[in-house]
Amino acid sequence: MEPTDVEDPNYYHRVVDCQWACPAHTDVPGYIRLIAQGRFDDAYLLNRASNVFPGILGRTCDRPCEPACRRGRVDGTPVAICRLKRVTADLKGDITDRLAPIPHEKNGKRIALIGAGPSSLTVANDLAPLGYEITVFEKYDQPGGLMRSNIPNFRLPAEVLDEETGMIIDRGGVSVRYNTPITSLRALLDEQFDAIYVGVGAPRGKELDLPGRHDDDEHVHIGIDWLESVAFGHIETIGRRVLIIGVGNTAMDCCRTSRRVGGEEIKVMARRPREYFKASPWELEDAEEEGVEIVVNHAPKRFVVEDGRLVAMEFDVLEWDDGARHSTTVGTVRVPCDDVILAIGQENAFPWIERDLGVDFGEWDMPVVDETTFQCSRPGVFFGGDAAWGPKNIIWAVAHGHQAAISIDNYCSGIELTQRPSDTMNLVSAKMGMHEWRYHNDYNPSKRQQMTHVDLTERFSSLNLEVELGFNAAQTAREAQRCLNCDVQTGFTASACIECDACVDICPVQCLTITHGGDETDLRSRLSAPSPNLDQSLYVSSPLPQTGRVMVKDENVCVHCGLCAERCPTAAWDMEEFTLIAAYAGSSVLRIAVPATPGRK
Amino acid sequence: MPSIVKPLIPLAPLAKNELGLTIRDYEGAMSTLCAGCGHDSITAAITHTFWELSTPPHTIAKLSGIGCSSKTPTYFVRGAHGFNSAHGRMATIATGAAAANRELTYIGISGDGDSLSIGIGHLAHAIRRNVKMVYVIENNGVYGLTKGQLSASADIGTRPKKGEANVVAPIDPIMLGLAMGATFLARSFSGDKEQLIPILKAAVAHNGLALIDVISPCVTFNDHEGSTKSYRFMREHEVKEVVTDYVPVREEIEVSLAGRGTRSVTMHDGSVLTFRTVPEGYDPTNRLKVEEYIREHQRHGEIVTGLLYLDESAHSMHEINHTPRDGLNKVPFSVLCPGSAALEDLMTDFR
Repeated sequence: MEPTDVEDPNYYHRVVDCQWACPAHTDVPGYIRLIAQGRFDDAYLLNRASNVFPGILGRTCDRPCEPACRRGRVDGTPVAICRLKRVTADLKGDITDRLAPIPHEKNGKRIALIGAGPSSLTVANDLAPLGYEITVFEKYDQPGGLMRSNIPNFRLPAEVLDEETGMIIDRGGVSVRYNTPITSLRALLDEQFDAIYVGVGAPRGKELDLPGRHDDDEHVHIGIDWLESVAFGHIETIGRRVLIIGVGNTAMDCCRTSRRVGGEEIKVMARRPREYFKASPWELEDAEEEGVEIVVNHAPKRFVVEDGRLVAMEFDVLEWDDGARHSTTVGTVRVPCDDVILAIGQENAFPWIERDLGVDFGEWDMPVVDETTFQCSRPGVFFGGDAAWGPKNIIWAVAHGHQAAISIDNYCSGIELTQRPSDTMNLVSAKMGMHEWRYHNDYNPSKRQQMTHVDLTERFSSLNLEVELGFNAAQTAREAQRCLNCDVQTGFTASACIECDACVDICPVQCLTITHGGDETDLRSRLSAPSPNLDQSLYVSSPLPQTGRVMVKDENVCVHCGLCAERCPTAAWDMEEFTLIAAYAGSSVLRIAVPATPGRK
Repeated sequence: MPSIVKPLIPLAPLAKNELGLTIRDYEGAMSTLCAGCGHDSITAAITHTFWELSTPPHTIAKLSGIGCSSKTPTYFVRGAHGFNSAHGRMATIATGAAAANRELTYIGISGDGDSLSIGIGHLAHAIRRNVKMVYVIENNGVYGLTKGQLSASADIGTRPKKGEANVVAPIDPIMLGLAMGATFLARSFSGDKEQLIPILKAAVAHNGLALIDVISPCVTFNDHEGSTKSYRFMREHEVKEVVTDYVPVREEIEVSLAGRGTRSVTMHDGSVLTFRTVPEGYDPTNRLKVEEYIREHQRHGEIVTGLLYLDESAHSMHEINHTPRDGLNKVPFSVLCPGSAALEDLMTDFR
């Protein structure tokens, strides 16, 4: 292998598994260290820089960071990153005067954002401080989009949503036209905005066209529409026996909301075995804790309506082969019910985009959107969030918003969309003195802290009572110490190495080896410890001065304890704090050419 | 907050030996030696040796005297027996322990000060008695604990960190061993575990005193330009022509050794030591040839490493003295100490 290029910010970025896995590249270890120091304002702002909605995401994020977390490979359970994010929002003080100022003098560019959901608000968040005049068109009378309408208050209190959307909307530069659904793109184009961003989400719940579907429309509901009606107070009750069809996270919100508006016997009906569910494991656990029954291997067959009233649903009972690819029907059952909620997915719908405006539509009637620039085939019209490529989640919407904001800024400044500001990094030694580091380098064997929930006896007293209480001080302190500080990197200077083996001998996970060079497969077979995880990089040094061998580090389970640097007599090893300086709209850094990635057809 | 404790990581992908133990089970306390000390590498080599041999930790006895080297038994195999003796007296304590209990594996760790200055007489007698033990000299040419004065193993012309070059002839433990009738003599380098670990394994299997002189650079006082025991000097002047493989008993059945090396020696316990390469005309069982070869290279400032001399036919202390097969510690007290009447009888014989 060639010597590893650690000048490339991506090498060290990949070592920080959580940050690499996060679509918005949140500096997780950085904010966890700030929490440990009690600097909650700083921790919140560091979060907000990348993910914009720490309080919201601290409760609702899909958490791609946690399965990636190195701690999971070290003791089996990842750091409770999401819970700690909520801590920053819960404990921060007033930070409004530390947000980027909105200039009074505008740059003369007017941007229209369609929808006040997470992706649009991220675009507004990035562009308003640059002097853009932002107009947001929102069909409801409150901002937040799906975060408002589809996530129940008992998971995400309205005050949290109000506060974090307010940080973007209420500081000038952004005006929101509420109750203003866009019904024609042509009409909007006529308003002569400099750029238009479509962040309308995927607002249409999927239908289940089975016999009897429309025989009692009053008692068969589309999940996201029903959640929206509950959220806006249009629906306050549901029948005693409720069936939820589908087992994604929307289904979990539907069943738990049903439990709070009159449902008592609630069943979530799934076609496939449990290991194939789309819902996050923690959401399944929360639903089951509330007495929701999850029924597997049942495929809906028909709605049973008697005398115009839904009385049951019929299901085929399935048996699956290994891998759950093929099923055979082994019987049919009738499950009595009073209401059915369909939560089998969402679709995009663009009836308001006229097809003669130069906005190309491809497969599934989806707009063709460039995956790097987020621009569609009509220059100046951008898409992001669920509206671009179908339903994902909030953190992806935020990531899209940042990138689209860069494109819009380029577009309005006459810069090629593919000339994008590049990510850079800072590397600063963490050494303070003899046996002194700027971070807690000891491995803390604490177990993952469990979230405390409101007692079941009180939980259903109000529809809006938040179930999760958040971490207390002791839980926060313990959980913060579980973080392995993967961003404090093991920096190696080959020219200083005297090959004394001290680092190789001291490493608690035997991730270091001094050996002669070779290709990756060969090197992996000759390391001090087995190297089972091929997804993790090998660091390879340039040849060492005395013997010409190389230092190899398997990044897989390095716990960043710093003992290699601690035992190195020549400081060839040093612990260096890595900070990713991610590029946002207006970043005054080197622009690099990024090839356009054609949108999916 | 700083920490220099080596943590136990639950899911680290560490291999297990025949006893189901990982290498971490063969470690000891954290070293308090200087960072980069050669002794720590030797500690790691010993840890690997016992782990790879699947030696049960409680069957190991580790002994030492005084010095940086003599601190190191604390840093390996925490489950073993240990005795940290007075300066230079490790060999005597080991002799006594080995005389009493034949079942333990004895490993003595000493340094050039402990063994070649104050303890040289004891070392000579332990060699002479051929006590079954591994005797490691961690040889760095300086007295590290007393701030780096040149020791008895310092070569002529080597420069201390401060002061004049050495003018007094060194004591070479290998030459001493050859003269004293040692039966297993090896020299190695702390920075070369690939060589040291097989030598340590063979030493554990050897029926007698296995003396291993390991050049172990002192990073604080003897790793500078002008030193003949620095990492760089060793890498530039080491002659590694004697290369040996150690094959434990359990692997012997599958491995065909015929023609594999220039010479194979079956060890006392049935394991096999193979000299994979030796220089032209070299005979590792011929004292005179070995001495001549080492002296020839010394004249050119070269340091010969490897398992240099082996005599597996010699008797060890127990055979020489016809001690009880089960060990003195298994002999009933009434037999060991038959009482004053028996003493009277004995005394009568001499009157």
